[in-house]
Amino acid sequence: MIALIGLVIGVALGLLLDPTVPLWLQPYLPIAIVAALDALSGGVRARLEGVFDEKVFVVSFVSNTVIAALIVFLGDQLGVGSQLSTGVVVVLGIRIFSNAAAIRRRLFGA
Amino acid sequence: MSGAPDDKAGAIEDPAGAPENPAGASGGRPGGARLLLDLLRPRTSRGQLLGGLLCLVLGFAIVAQVRATQNDGVFATARQDELVGILSDLSQRSERLRADIRELEATKAGLERDAQGETALREARERATTYGLLAGTLPAEGPGIEVVIDDPRGAVRALNLLDALQELRDAGAEVIQIGDVRAGADTYFLDAPGGGVVADGRRLSAPYRFLAIGDAHTMTTALNIPGGVVRTLRGLGATVTITSSTRLAVSAIRSG
Repeated sequence: MIALIGLVIGVALGLLLDPTVPLWLQPYLPIAIVAALDALSGGVRARLEGVFDEKVFVVSFVSNTVIAALIVFLGDQLGVGSQLSTGVVVVLGIRIFSNAAAIRRRLFGA
Repeated sequence: MSGAPDDKAGAIEDPAGAPENPAGASGGRPGGARLLLDLLRPRTSRGQLLGGLLCLVLGFAIVAQVRATQNDGVFATARQDELVGILSDLSQRSERLRADIRELEATKAGLERDAQGETALREARERATTYGLLAGTLPAEGPGIEVVIDDPRGAVRALNLLDALQELRDAGAEVIQIGDVRAGADTYFLDAPGGGVVADGRRLSAPYRFLAIGDAHTMTTALNIPGGVVRTLRGLGATVTITSSTRLAVSAIRSG
């Protein structure tokens, strides 16, 4: 619940303040967001399955985003930034889908 | 079906977590609606607040990113060389526009200076001359090229001459004369019965002579491009001679 409220407040804040993404963050923010969405869906799933642990959620959220951004950063340094970010997005997308499938199964039993 | 443990980011390293439910999606669990309500039940603990804070940051970041993506949709996906091309186009254009501004400001200053309308009159005359040259009602003189197309086999058709004219126009020719016909906006070519070409109602016969005033180098290059006018004409058996000249007189005019 608090997470949902936080999300809503965050969106509202973003709409109100109209922030500009700083240039150094621009390549990494989209990947970090996808990683965070993955962590979020994983958290919801764990919660539904009764194995949710706040500490694990927070740590996985932060580490997911940081690692995703780091991978892209490393890829940029190696000259394969765009390919690597595509790869990261694919992997995270698959995870989000499988989490969503688990959540759906829990909620609707189908 | 209960999922590989590493798919659950929130429960990856949960050693004391509840045992995996091997039944997976089968029954024996609380219903979906109750699960959902349970999910939405507010609980306050430090971890929950921290999770809420993270979600706040996430929402904020999503909005910021979406805004940023909407702002530069065109250039975000462009490759580096495309961007370089766009940039150099833009700087060329701005350079041209700046020159225009300088010119117009000089005109404006001139117009403001003299009350007698001297500058206005000169401007109007200049414009009349420009339009006269473009419309073909005034004779013209200037640097340009002379293109002579000789056609011993009689294979050159009206279409080829039209191609040559269009190529010259594209290459920036300001004034063009074909034979003794001054080319205008509505110049046409027809195949004449029994050989030769009719241009604007006047019969032309080989060798066809084009006089074009403009940038000689550009026009020569344009005519000579592979697969271009000169190649086509040579393929037809015609000979093409291009002579550039610093002073070319176009004397033919169009009436009205």
